[in-house]
Amino acid sequence: MVPNLRILIVDANQVRAAIIEEGLREAGYQQLVRLSATTGLVAAIETHDPDVVVIDLEDPSRDALADMFLVSRHVRRPITMFVDQSDSASIEAAVEAGVSAYIVDGLKKERMQPILQTCISRFNAFRKLREELDEARSQLEDRKTIDRAKAIVMRLKDLSEDEAYALMRRTAMNEKRKLVDIARSLITAAEMLK
Amino acid sequence: MTTLHLRVGFMPLVDCALVVLAKDEGFAEAEGLDLELVREVSWSNLRDKLNVRLFDAAHMLGPAAIAATLGIGGVKAPMAAPLALNRDGAAITLSLRRFEELSRLAEGDMADTAVSARALAAMVERRKASGLPLLTFAVVFGFSTHIYLLGEWLGKAGLRLGEDIRFEVVPPPQTVEALASGRIDGFCAGAPWNSAAVAAGVGAMVHASVDLRRNCHDKVLAWRADDVERRPAAVSKLGTAILKAGAWACRPENVARMAQHLSASDRLALPAPLIERILDGELIQGADRPSRAILPFIRFDREALRPDPDDADWVLSGMQSAGQVVVTPQIREIARNVFATACFEGISAAIDKAPKI
Repeated sequence: MVPNLRILIVDANQVRAAIIEEGLREAGYQQLVRLSATTGLVAAIETHDPDVVVIDLEDPSRDALADMFLVSRHVRRPITMFVDQSDSASIEAAVEAGVSAYIVDGLKKERMQPILQTCISRFNAFRKLREELDEARSQLEDRKTIDRAKAIVMRLKDLSEDEAYALMRRTAMNEKRKLVDIARSLITAAEMLK
Repeated sequence: MTTLHLRVGFMPLVDCALVVLAKDEGFAEAEGLDLELVREVSWSNLRDKLNVRLFDAAHMLGPAAIAATLGIGGVKAPMAAPLALNRDGAAITLSLRRFEELSRLAEGDMADTAVSARALAAMVERRKASGLPLLTFAVVFGFSTHIYLLGEWLGKAGLRLGEDIRFEVVPPPQTVEALASGRIDGFCAGAPWNSAAVAAGVGAMVHASVDLRRNCHDKVLAWRADDVERRPAAVSKLGTAILKAGAWACRPENVARMAQHLSASDRLALPAPLIERILDGELIQGADRPSRAILPFIRFDREALRPDPDDADWVLSGMQSAGQVVVTPQIREIARNVFATACFEGISAAIDKAPKI
């Protein structure tokens, strides 16, 4: 039985926030609030009165959360960073993933651990997704560059598409350079000689 | 000499200067260090990344190093501060509106912190009588020189932070906006944020930290406590580079260049003239007052960089009056040890012994 906890997700990145929300919802948590505007985080906490706050490490408001209760008597319930001192691997995993969790009113760590684990894996999944997207994007760019260069070679040397491609590959191997680099030099040269 | 790579995190404040200069003026390289500087967005990140060794060392609030070492507030990350990075340099700024009210209520010279504190108490009293919400003051971190300085100022008129005045933590780059929008009525922070609020036309500086406390403890270079034992060579090389950067920073002819380094987009990302005025000790005050000369406003000289266990006592008493800790002899011993001087003395002596070129 998943405890009925109210979780506040603080992340300026809307896509990642949605991914985390989905992850927590799948894990059975129902009361989720997403917050992207991070000025006035303290006021947002007063309004939503969460049990758990999950925050992106890149958010400067993190310092406003830290040990709020220790320094402000106007906060009704104490908020502290969730750290399981007996489990240093999970501290490292969270920092490396770029997420931090805060618990309100001394929530038990057994109830907190699955929430943190879900967030860590969703943060990592998001990063992987973004890396893959970047890679796909740059592959697409490379492909376009190679196609343009191939067209130049075909025109200048009166070769077929396959022959032009083979020539470029051979040159790249011969010069120990990447095909896309050869293609870039060809395009630059062609533009200079225009 | 093999090159040692060190990654050091910092917050964009004027007091990160010596770490920046150690790299940008080549002092680290001269010690055989390849220094990688990483700008951070929060003190919590600096603490946590130092703790999991994503950073080798970090620009840190002295009180935050003590809090982490003692494990106050959940996170226990024992640290050691073999040297300080500065002394003084903080100030208290109010919104223009509150500053004008304060000036009207003041009975005597506002330069006297007791006079300004009593005027503040009168303002608090008036607001209470007319059913207005409490004033809100901000600092940049819960365990900081700034919160204890504010506490000292308020204490001069019997006010308590967190009771008579609401208290919030606001990240430094957001202080100007928070003051302009009226979300906060005032704040205590390090340079350049007071000058930034004055320059933006939204704030007026009431007091510099030197008005409340001379030679005031502030930022330190923090390492994991176990690393100071285990990696003495790294600690001493970085320490040497920083002490040399400090000597360089104290020469007036270097001020313009220093401001230039600090203003870079991957450092403070603020206009160099704003930083240069602060380093020149020429503080803009706002509210149609001329600038105020405090030289040096922020100290980087060798004496200023010596850690001092007595600072730990001051931090603990600030923590205790803020209700953050109950000091026991054992806690006192642990805290004083964070600012142990042996390492600094060794580095300092080695520099003095080295032949002058």
